Amino acid sequence: MKRFAELLELLALTPSRLRKLEALRRYFSEVPDPDRGIALAVLTGELDVRNVKPALLRDTVLAEVDETLFRLSYDYVGDLGETIALIWPHKAEGELLGLSELVDLLNHTSKAELPKVIGGLLSQAAIHERWALVKLATGALRIGVSARLAKTALAEMSGIDLQEIEEVWHGLKPPYTNLFAWLEGKAPRPDIDHAARFHPLMLSNPIEDKDFEKFDPRDFSAEWKWDGIRVQIVMGKDGVSMFSRTGDDIGASFPDVVDNVLGQAVLDGELLVGHDFDAKSFNDLQQRLNRKVAQGKQMQDLPAFVRVYDMLFDGDEDIRALGWEGRRARLEAWFDKNPQTRLDLSEILPFGSWDDLGKLRQRGADEHGHEGVMIKLRTAPYVPGRPKGFWYKWKRDPNVVDAVLMYAQRGHGKRSSYYSDYTFGVWKGNEIVPIGKAYFGFTDEELKQLDKWIRANTTGSFGPVREVKKELVFEVAFDSAQKSGRHKSGVALRFPRINRIRWDKPAQEAARLEDMDAFVG
Amino acid sequence: MGFLIERNLYIPSIDAWIDPPEPRPRAIITHGHADHARSGHGAVLATPDTVEIMKVRYGEDCAGQFQKLDFGVPLEINGTTVTFFPAGHILGSAQVLIEAQGQRVVVTGDYKRLPDRTAQPFEPVACDLLITEATFGLPVFQHPDPKDEIARLLKSVAAQPERSHLVGSYALGKAQRVIALLRDAGWDKPIYLHGAMIRLCELYESLGVDLGELVPATGMPKPAMAGQIVIAPPSAIRDRWSRRFPDPVVCQASGWMSVKQRARQALVELPLVISDHCDWGELNTSILESGAETVWVTHGREDALVYWCKQQGLNAEPLALPGLDDDGGEGGE
Repeated sequence: MKRFAELLELLALTPSRLRKLEALRRYFSEVPDPDRGIALAVLTGELDVRNVKPALLRDTVLAEVDETLFRLSYDYVGDLGETIALIWPHKAEGELLGLSELVDLLNHTSKAELPKVIGGLLSQAAIHERWALVKLATGALRIGVSARLAKTALAEMSGIDLQEIEEVWHGLKPPYTNLFAWLEGKAPRPDIDHAARFHPLMLSNPIEDKDFEKFDPRDFSAEWKWDGIRVQIVMGKDGVSMFSRTGDDIGASFPDVVDNVLGQAVLDGELLVGHDFDAKSFNDLQQRLNRKVAQGKQMQDLPAFVRVYDMLFDGDEDIRALGWEGRRARLEAWFDKNPQTRLDLSEILPFGSWDDLGKLRQRGADEHGHEGVMIKLRTAPYVPGRPKGFWYKWKRDPNVVDAVLMYAQRGHGKRSSYYSDYTFGVWKGNEIVPIGKAYFGFTDEELKQLDKWIRANTTGSFGPVREVKKELVFEVAFDSAQKSGRHKSGVALRFPRINRIRWDKPAQEAARLEDMDAFVG
Repeated sequence: MGFLIERNLYIPSIDAWIDPPEPRPRAIITHGHADHARSGHGAVLATPDTVEIMKVRYGEDCAGQFQKLDFGVPLEINGTTVTFFPAGHILGSAQVLIEAQGQRVVVTGDYKRLPDRTAQPFEPVACDLLITEATFGLPVFQHPDPKDEIARLLKSVAAQPERSHLVGSYALGKAQRVIALLRDAGWDKPIYLHGAMIRLCELYESLGVDLGELVPATGMPKPAMAGQIVIAPPSAIRDRWSRRFPDPVVCQASGWMSVKQRARQALVELPLVISDHCDWGELNTSILESGAETVWVTHGREDALVYWCKQQGLNAEPLALPGLDDDGGEGGE
């Protein structure tokens, strides 16, 4: 437990991703089974200590600590778990059990006995361990480590591809003894149930101008690039799951999709919302994404559907080795056999030359707000990861606007001594109102110049934030603009980045809020 | 019942103020931190070490005149007796005992009870009215043994020999304590100092606190700083000054560092819970040991400590003293 507490603390406080990975690698290769598997389950959010809920912990503590003093402390600390860890007033002899024994104990203790058992553990724990113990028991880590980071560490430690690990992941259970045995070369790859698992996705590369000279348009097919989220629907004999592109099961948020599909297959597509397959904006989809459990009214107003563009399994036959054309034919045949109300096919765009497609792409952006087009090699198999030469995205040209730097904030990690997060705005009458924030798009050298300029032109500071003279103009590139209640300007930019620093441009010549209307779709 | 002292820490019978935030004709100073010792008073009464600290920080003429009073030596002025007792907070830090007409009042100033060879060790003093600080006056504050915290620092240094460890510490008191703890743990390499630390470390050494070899950090070539420990003010460890070190590990030595959310907000990678104040348990012990029937609470999280005193059947109230740093700054540095 001591080792695990050290790991959690390091992960919580180290800003560097590389160092987090290194710490995880070391932990997984040095700590034996089954403890390391339990740690992996905690980090990936797969561990469920069923009976221990925050309220039970709170009651356990309130039996020992005055309620008023607890409340004052909680107000100050601001985090329930950390308050409990810090305030526990008793100390006892002895060392804490190992991680897996601890979890066993918590899972096999009756509800009535739990407060006593947890109290005993809190007393035995050293002060750094108490924090880890509370995190473990409640499952709410919030230490800035994703499940993907933990799996990346496993890949680095074993030399086995992350894709392969993700492919078996959903068929495995804590403490993952068979996974570690495979990673360490002591056992074959775990054999898991086919239907319920996630199959890592195939991703695209941005197309470059020089590619068009090399590529024959006849070898490629094109579709719209849809502005939703990428999903994989696994329709097995025993039920339907829907996974996000990182392999999280998001089916529970979209029962309107998973309960209403027919047939057996593994499909790749874009999750969208709208009536009769008429996709609404990403903003509308976001309202559904933010819910863990779907609500009736939302499902009525924003029904979800999936626009399907590829097929990995036809029934239970793996067809990923077929070329795109072969898979597409299977997919169309499958749709004919299995009529759907929540799935539709992504349409194929006819084009004769790259110029044709370029015009189509421009029209799609102007008239329908499409993000761009996808270009796929007709003979390409379905290969997980981002293979070169198969799938390309051709995004529409970014929008740009000249905006004025308003505030700067210090960055994190390596950049913590630089002012590297910038809030910028446009003119509204005689004042400047913020429209967005960006923290990349500039070189290290430019960052140094910006940092120097900000320090020399500060007009006020609020904690880590500096307000600066409204004199420096950024050319900001962004993918789209939306109406927003959060910004004073009423506009928010999607994916903004600093395109150029306009040291030469007077702030008076920056954009006006009216100019933004043209971008709001 | 009337007390010898008023709620603004003015003592009418000798016309003197304790740690006044504005210039006063006569001031009694508990210790050298800036929220207690200010320049511009007429006459200052303090321990010899505190007088030296004030002179180094503010200049020889920062007060009209100084009167030094050793620990444990009663000084009688017009029937009122003033005696200093060690507070254990920093070098020279004192609790002030005021006695007259059979009444005893103790003003603790800032204090701690854990051993620290850079400060004279705390002594409990019996009294009727105790005026105590409450910087860490919440039961979530349970300071660990500072030796264990230093051991964590040294472990990190050994594990990452290619990086510098930058320990954010207040220039007066905390810096010297951290250095002394490192020496006592066996760290005998030079310790590197930010410029703001140098004068006060020299003063501590001249007053008999051995700190080992100290070297200014500024001007050292970057590669030479790998595996070294640097002591700097908290404001410098995340600012431009830190760019001169190889991939620095940002550490901070402070009682606040027990709250991980705070450490994260402050971008501290290695928090060291080393405090120069009492934790909750020590505050409770000190209040009970003093035998005081009345407790006035100041400097920090007064509410919880006042509530606790009342539960013990004591008279207690918070004092809202002006000009004191309420949050985040330990000892106002």
